[in-house]
Amino acid sequence: MQGLIDGSERSLLTFLENLPGVDKVGADSRAAMLGTRSIKTSSKAMAIDLAISMIDLTTLEGADTPGKVRSLAAKAVRPDPTDSSVPSVGAICVYNDMVEIARKYLDEFGGSHIPVAAVSTAFPSGRASMAVKVQDTKDAIAAGASEIDMVIDRGAFLSGRLIEVFEEIREIKEVCSDSAHLKVILETGELATYDNVRRASYLAMLAGADFIKTSTGKVSPAATPSVVLVMLEAVRDFYRLTGKRIGVKPAGGIRTTKDAIKQLVLVNETAGSDWLNPKLFRIGASALLNDLLLQRMKLQTGHYSSSNYVTVD
Amino acid sequence: MRLDVKKTYKLFIGGAFPRSESGRSYEIKNKRGAFIANPAQASRKDLRDAVLAAKNAHPGWSNATAFNRGQILYRIAEMLEGRTSQFVDEIVATTGVTSSVAKQEVSAAIDLWVWYAGWCDKITSVSGNNNPIAGPYYNFTIPESLGVIGIIAEEKESLLGLVRSLAPVIAGGNTSLLIASQSRPLAAITLAEVLATSDLPAGVVNILTGIKTELAPWLASHMEIDGLDLSGIDNIAELRKSGAENLKRIHSFEKHVSPERILSFMEFKTIWHPVGI
Amino acid sequence: MTNSFEYAPAPESRSVVKIEKDYDLFIGGKFVSASSMKRLATINPATEEILSKVALADSKDVDRAVRAARAALNKSWARTKPKERAKYLYRIARILQERAREFAVLESLDNGKPIRESRDVDIPLAAAHFFYHAGWADKLEFAGFGNRPHPYGVVGQIIPWNFPLLMLSWKIAPALATGNTVVLKPAETTPLTALLFAEVCQQAGLPDGVVNIITGDGTTGAALINHKDIDKVAFTGSTEVGKLIARSIAERGIPATLELGGKGANVVFDDAPIDEAVEGIVNGIFFNQGHVCCAGSRLLLQENIADEFLIRLKDRMAKIRVGDPLDKNTDLGAINSSTQLAKIREISDTGSKEGATLWSAPCSLPSKGFWYPPTIFTGVTQAHRIAREEIFGPVLSILTFRTPQEAMEKANNTPYGLSAGIWTEKGSKILWAAQQLKAGVIWANTFNKFDPASPFGGYKESGWGREGGRHGLAAYLKTGGANS
Repeated sequence: MQGLIDGSERSLLTFLENLPGVDKVGADSRAAMLGTRSIKTSSKAMAIDLAISMIDLTTLEGADTPGKVRSLAAKAVRPDPTDSSVPSVGAICVYNDMVEIARKYLDEFGGSHIPVAAVSTAFPSGRASMAVKVQDTKDAIAAGASEIDMVIDRGAFLSGRLIEVFEEIREIKEVCSDSAHLKVILETGELATYDNVRRASYLAMLAGADFIKTSTGKVSPAATPSVVLVMLEAVRDFYRLTGKRIGVKPAGGIRTTKDAIKQLVLVNETAGSDWLNPKLFRIGASALLNDLLLQRMKLQTGHYSSSNYVTVD
Repeated sequence: MRLDVKKTYKLFIGGAFPRSESGRSYEIKNKRGAFIANPAQASRKDLRDAVLAAKNAHPGWSNATAFNRGQILYRIAEMLEGRTSQFVDEIVATTGVTSSVAKQEVSAAIDLWVWYAGWCDKITSVSGNNNPIAGPYYNFTIPESLGVIGIIAEEKESLLGLVRSLAPVIAGGNTSLLIASQSRPLAAITLAEVLATSDLPAGVVNILTGIKTELAPWLASHMEIDGLDLSGIDNIAELRKSGAENLKRIHSFEKHVSPERILSFMEFKTIWHPVGI
Repeated sequence: MTNSFEYAPAPESRSVVKIEKDYDLFIGGKFVSASSMKRLATINPATEEILSKVALADSKDVDRAVRAARAALNKSWARTKPKERAKYLYRIARILQERAREFAVLESLDNGKPIRESRDVDIPLAAAHFFYHAGWADKLEFAGFGNRPHPYGVVGQIIPWNFPLLMLSWKIAPALATGNTVVLKPAETTPLTALLFAEVCQQAGLPDGVVNIITGDGTTGAALINHKDIDKVAFTGSTEVGKLIARSIAERGIPATLELGGKGANVVFDDAPIDEAVEGIVNGIFFNQGHVCCAGSRLLLQENIADEFLIRLKDRMAKIRVGDPLDKNTDLGAINSSTQLAKIREISDTGSKEGATLWSAPCSLPSKGFWYPPTIFTGVTQAHRIAREEIFGPVLSILTFRTPQEAMEKANNTPYGLSAGIWTEKGSKILWAAQQLKAGVIWANTFNKFDPASPFGGYKESGWGREGGRHGLAAYLKTGGANS
């Protein structure tokens, strides 16, 4: 909590209510302006490789199987089998019961440096008892997850029970302790206003989040530029207040290289270049990787490539 | 001898051109009694579908900036101009007037469309205003679109009459379903083709061809329709009674051209806000 | 741990626009030679290269232009039906949209402003201005000027160098829509988009003489203002010249609209949306290099948040990218001329001398061309020259206040009255402050926003009249009706 609040509900509410408001039109306009940055040639090449290294390559389907996770692991380690200069991704992100398989195959394919992130706490809705959420987290860590992506209780948040949201995060953080870093998913699409996104961001950071994450990817809108802007402002200001850098992970709706580069520009011109590495910025995505690879090929060869030249994972 | 590829005249609903779900059509003949076409004869279900399309299109259309609506309406005029000869041919075929009389009607229709296009971003400036309240309040009145408007277009001047009713309705941010002139419906369907190629979002305008007296009562009684322009039908007392069920705003115009036609399908909202530190 | 993200050069191509070696005057629908051989060079202020040489119109040329405008009025324009006048303006709007990239590049080359601004602000707004006014041409009886308002006749118009094409559209669109014909003199340092606009008039088939463009310098402008056969004057420029014009026309009693200078106060209260307020302050003074009459050139900061705000402001200013106007990532371009640069330096120098504290964002400035870094002065009081005089550059004077009433007093303590900004999340405070502020344009929680439907103009020495919106039509219409 870094001396900003004392752990009481009163202190938490006062802190969050005193945060300055966000003017939606102004925030949208700043995000849109940053979206006009033209990133070409050498900076584009650097941005593409950086974006690849930041991807949390994700599969979160009811129909996931060991086979599916195996291909994902292969892709994560070597996104382009014909080009070893392509960096590996930042992490792979799966459901709890796929963690062991993911870890096994990552290690087998030479990706022991790639962490497995597990979604947890009754992802994506968050509607379950605390006991279930804690067990969910423990199972994931025991199976080899070194990152936990938890969801906040949006119902509690929207009905004003902020201390409950806070306590849940604290408890899950305690379960993670030194074994896993904790990403807290705000589900910004359900929070509805930028003011709420700001408050939820601070609440999560005060409760011990290592990363704040926009969305589960199951709800639209997800990681819009404006929402990511507000979250980057929060981590920037939190660092000024406490000296601690918290990471940001946009997830959902980032499908093209253009989208990804816009995210990097947002980071660069808001929180700053200190955040431009996978330890502090990740992108939750699946289809994005292939588009990055196609754009990478285009930069190298000078002509547009085709989906025949990237792998289906 | 080359045969021409004749057009099939279908309905225009939600940006697409379906046939009537009833499978019916009716015959259009020219003044001399010769066959021209079999336009679709819309059914109650088609009308229901059209209302749904118009309803779904309303938030997007009314929330677009007035400038954007004006741009789209102007683009429609550009497309109308390009199809002048097609409209002329259709009017000549269905009414028997000369080409030059038909051309006058088409030119007047296009110019009228342009006139209403230019109103989109001005109607608020001439009808909305700040009100001087005797107290520390900021008070202003603004017009807003009503919603879904049902139109029964004029029978005789098939293009111009249609523009007189349709343009002011959508300039104000409403969406619509329009029942074309029964005896001269071709211009309406050609207009639909123009709309489909003009950046107008699907569902903002929906056009039905068919038997006016059959369709009118369904139009008047549909509770999802907010207003009616009944300029193209006589004896509207029964329709008014039916429309009273949800207090539809019902109007019938002679050949008026004025911003009042836009305002007739808008509502005024007045907002108060205290002034002080 | 740091990956520094440098943006590689992203230049917009110059090849989209063809600039002639020299240009003549556009009179009576054609390019015609000026009576003297004298030419003015117009340069690219970012590189000092000469772009072209334009004619220098003298009083003989001015006379030709006015006569052409008068002839056009009598022979064609007054007889053109309003709905057809509208169609010419719609054509012009559409052609500007079609040729948008060409105009944007040319504007950035001639003026020095970043391509992002000319592309995303100047050119689209200029086209929108024509589009909007096209729609008024045949609706004047509904505009509140009686049921048969009529134009003045021939209008003499002089525009400044800060938004060349946009200012041209603010002048020509309403004038033509209301049935006037015009003689327009673009600014000496930025004539090129006006001359390209002449081509647009030709492409639109506008009748000869309805629009006449005469390039030149101050003597040309004076000749135009003093010409006996103009019915009305419209001028945008400095307050100093505005007063000269007001005196020149006093005898004749012809009307004038004047858009003059400003020293806009941007007031940030402690309950402002802070991040957006920082953006708004930055936009308010650094947009268009601060060459903006309605710039928020004074920041009035509530004292209890001043320190925190300044840290954020400086942090944000350090991200401003200064450089090649044609680079798509440039935020701050070149100062328009060496004359303007000298003026900026002169007044800024007084800032430090009079005791205020200067801080400029660290940036590297190109060696050729005219440049000034984004700069703020803190510790400023109303007595400082930098708080009273229009600098017309990227220099922000920062003052503090304790109470809202004090803020209003300081904001209004100026002979100018063009614009003001209010930053607070409290609605009633916005409306209260808006009532107190003596300014023609008030932006709350935003700044430097323009729209053809929104009337623009100043109180006090910021000028006479409004441009844009229904109110803006008054500049070009005489009220008339059944009883007039």
